[in-house]
Amino acid sequence: MSDLQAQIIGKLRGGIYKRGFLLALIVVFYVLLITDLEYVPTRLSAMSIIKSAFPPDWSYAGSVFKGMMESINMAVVGTVMAAVLAIPFGFLAAFTVTGKKGSQLTKTLLNADRSFPELLLAIIFVRAVGLGPFAGVLALGLHSIGTLGKLYSEVVEAIDPNPVEGVRATGANSVATTWFAVLPQVLPEFVSYALYRFEINVRAATVLGFVGAGGIGKPLILNISYRNWDKVAMIMVVIIVAVTLIDTISGWLRSKLV
Amino acid sequence: MLTVTSRSTLAEMKAQQNKGLLARHPWHFALLVFALVYGWSFMRLGVDPIMFLKGFPQMGGLLRRMWPPDWAYIPAMIGPLAETAQMALLGTTFGGILAVPTVLMAARNVNSNRGIYLAARTVMNFIRTIPDILLAALFVPVLGVGPLAGAAALTLFSFGIICKLSSESIEAIDPGPLEAMDAVGSGKLSQIAFAVVPQILPQFTAHVLYVLEINVRVAGILGMVGAGGIGMWLNTSMAIFQYRKAAAIILMFFVSVMLIDYASRKLRERLI
Repeated sequence: MSDLQAQIIGKLRGGIYKRGFLLALIVVFYVLLITDLEYVPTRLSAMSIIKSAFPPDWSYAGSVFKGMMESINMAVVGTVMAAVLAIPFGFLAAFTVTGKKGSQLTKTLLNADRSFPELLLAIIFVRAVGLGPFAGVLALGLHSIGTLGKLYSEVVEAIDPNPVEGVRATGANSVATTWFAVLPQVLPEFVSYALYRFEINVRAATVLGFVGAGGIGKPLILNISYRNWDKVAMIMVVIIVAVTLIDTISGWLRSKLV
Repeated sequence: MLTVTSRSTLAEMKAQQNKGLLARHPWHFALLVFALVYGWSFMRLGVDPIMFLKGFPQMGGLLRRMWPPDWAYIPAMIGPLAETAQMALLGTTFGGILAVPTVLMAARNVNSNRGIYLAARTVMNFIRTIPDILLAALFVPVLGVGPLAGAAALTLFSFGIICKLSSESIEAIDPGPLEAMDAVGSGKLSQIAFAVVPQILPQFTAHVLYVLEINVRVAGILGMVGAGGIGMWLNTSMAIFQYRKAAAIILMFFVSVMLIDYASRKLRERLI
């Protein structure tokens, strides 16, 4: 008995040592990570930037509004493009449709697509189709296919099989089965996810202009590099208001849908 | 009595008829609005499919010039890649630490003080509206060019997402343990420690890991505005038309993202 006790105590003690060692390792690792960051002093202080940012340059609001509209337009067209193109991928990636292997393959493809951030895609598309919002639309669209395709596939995997069996029992072919039994089940959730993606794409579309892919990003990055903080503040006010507004509307619509 | 009922039913029917088109066909209306918004966006952007078709050969040309990637460039890029991971890790960690008190304040079932609740909500929603790379572009003039600005930007960015995700999970916890501890008169802090944290910890960790996956991707592009990491090198090599070097960078970045995603997904599967 005492042998067993000793064993248990030994094990516990070992656990404590192990944990302590792991913790110490993590702390050392983080200390290294942090001390590795060097602070390069700049002549600007946060206070001086904030001071010169107030009040925002309201006379600039008109042209900012236009740029923000372009960003929103880009998000709309890019999201719709992805929302439609992601449908076949969503079905192909569902294991209930294509089996384990096919689903795994499509999911890997979608995952690979998602690994390329919008801004990186935008750089490439700017070279291909030239500067302007079209490159931005393509970047948003391509990246969103990856995310939406994966979300769609989860929706397809979770559908209720009863209506499908019911429609099939009437002798309907696979097109009719999809149309009458599958689509009505998945469509609200597809639209809901597309709206959610739209919210994200509006944010992304405000910065694609950093690499020349249209929208409010171009004046934003120019004003940051020229240190026109009052203009930067104006742009940020417009972005924050627009994003909040769109989030609210889109969120309300989503709550009605699902 | 009967007449009254029938009259009111009649009135209801009339009201139904008199209701606007909007109320009777909400989905048709939504579709119309959507078509208008879409058409308007399409027109305003001047997007035309011909441009796309014209761009295709150019796209192919670009990809041809990128291939094969400049393999010899890879060793030189290991440092910047490590810096990218460093920014992602630091940003996620400190974002997560900052998120803990905010999340607790932004959950109605933990914090009953309405003023603090609203303040916490406002802060987290406000931060979430600012895109990641814009945060970085704003930190660079203050903290200087380099990974410090990137880590700071990612901290705020992670804070926003972790708060959003975790406050939703906290509000969905089982109220039983909280009520039981309330009934025996324990203080707020011990309630949090023994009734909230054990319920929320697996989900919170999963959210942090998920944010780490996002941050690795984001950290890869923050360099474009001077905030450290591999993005700066990518931007430079693209700008001076060294496409094969750019391809090597993109490939390295891609492989690391996939590896970290895989590891993180395995960990998350074990957690929940």
